[in-house]
Amino acid sequence: MARSSDTPFQVTRRTVLETGATTAAVSFIGHSQLALAAGLAGDETPPEPVSVEFQVNGRALALTIDPRTTLLDTLREHLGLTGTKKGCDQGQCGACTVIVNGQRINSCLTLAAMHERNEIVTIEGLAKGDDLHPMQAAFVHHDGLQCGYCTPGQICSAVAMLAEHEAGWPSYATADVGTQPALTHAEIAERMSGNICRCSAYANIVAAIRDVAEGGRT
Amino acid sequence: MKPFRYEKASGVAAACASAAEPAAKFIAGGTNLVDLMKLQIETPAHLVDINALPLRGIEETSENGLRIGALVSNSALAADIRVRRQYPLLSQALLSGASGHLRNKATTGGNLLQRTRCPYFYDTTKPCNKRVRGSGCAALHGLNRMNAVLGVSDNCIAAHPSDMAVAMTALGAQIETVTRDGDTRTIPIDALYRAPGDTPDIETVLVPGELIRSVVLPPPPSGRQVYRKVRDRASYAFGLVSVAMIVAHDNDRVRTARVAFGGLSYKPWRSHEAEAALAGATLTRASYDAAGKAALKNARGYGHNNFKIPLARRTLRATLADATESI
Repeated sequence: MARSSDTPFQVTRRTVLETGATTAAVSFIGHSQLALAAGLAGDETPPEPVSVEFQVNGRALALTIDPRTTLLDTLREHLGLTGTKKGCDQGQCGACTVIVNGQRINSCLTLAAMHERNEIVTIEGLAKGDDLHPMQAAFVHHDGLQCGYCTPGQICSAVAMLAEHEAGWPSYATADVGTQPALTHAEIAERMSGNICRCSAYANIVAAIRDVAEGGRT
Repeated sequence: MKPFRYEKASGVAAACASAAEPAAKFIAGGTNLVDLMKLQIETPAHLVDINALPLRGIEETSENGLRIGALVSNSALAADIRVRRQYPLLSQALLSGASGHLRNKATTGGNLLQRTRCPYFYDTTKPCNKRVRGSGCAALHGLNRMNAVLGVSDNCIAAHPSDMAVAMTALGAQIETVTRDGDTRTIPIDALYRAPGDTPDIETVLVPGELIRSVVLPPPPSGRQVYRKVRDRASYAFGLVSVAMIVAHDNDRVRTARVAFGGLSYKPWRSHEAEAALAGATLTRASYDAAGKAALKNARGYGHNNFKIPLARRTLRATLADATESI
């Protein structure tokens, strides 16, 4: 499946499920939004495109892209996965959080070309069909949002954060870093500090995360 | 972003050769460099991606220390059980920096080489000798609240932003590098950074194509280790002042102390003055204040950052009180 057009590539949950593990080859050279996303001035010659292969939400993709394209812009502008949000675009807000090889990262501060053979999970990849991921269900149940713009990042971050805690990682809130701490309110707040919520839904976000951590919603 | 040629390095030697070309740069985690490239403060013509190099291990050295690969993430290093038990200072410092997301991407080598967060370095409408040599320093008479008070010059008062490097400085870490010619060298962390002088754009002693391969920690020191960071909010903020301390003491006296400050200088600031003042000192407020006075003797404020001088003294005192459970 190859395409080169000015229409953003649309990936729906259905197409992801149907195509499974087959590799989709996607070329975006000449895409008008490419220059926009890469911050290209009109009089500059675009650099040599690069090829990269990775999985997004279980789907193998082969891309040929401008090397300046961030992972965030690749997901949103080229793959049509607009659940991942662009907030500050400088690693300060966490709205762009995705899970790469099981770890949460800021997709705005990394180039797509640097993710060869990586497994990327976005907010679109968390639910199983119409069944929400437990963290999504908990955010709904606890009203862990107001405007919702930071929510995809909050949820991806929270899912990966629980895995970090499960693996025994300490945090700056851990009194003795040699021990594995219980997931207290202070621990959750410290570990989630990379996700800003301007509506300040923090109390309900923490409640949702505690709920999932304590097995209330599985 | 300015156009650049992107290359995935397949080996250390090839990476060094590529990065020795004019206007070439290594990229590892990218958490600082990609941001600076978006703003066109960094404009490499050639980007050498070193993520495929085998530099992600943490191994014990024959001297009972640790050798940390340059690509070990800040998260992995902070979570390593040997670091947590034997160098808790380093875990604490790492965990005090940035956010969980950034620590997952940021690397050991990249953390050492990150650029200052001086607001005028980022503001391309203002002069900055670090960004454009000879253009001037807007911070000198500007909003310099976050800037340095020790070891800097009127050409640049930028502070080094790392927490990790402050802990490594107190621990006496050694930086192992490899050059384009395949030569290796070992640089004490305290000698890695160059004073700004009149060339603040040259920040380290590394030469083009020289790659940080690993950081070696000496055997765990005796004494209590503490990292204390003072900042504007409780999490996810750069430090105003931080103190990395290793102190061994008896019932009423300090035996030995090692002290490094963050947020005060162009590099993590090892204070031999404070260490000398503390050796054999009583566990009293007067001793701690004397050590603080010695440490900040040559400090100079630039207006908005004057507060850092007394804050550094008080933070040192509080860290000593905490580490020795005294006063």
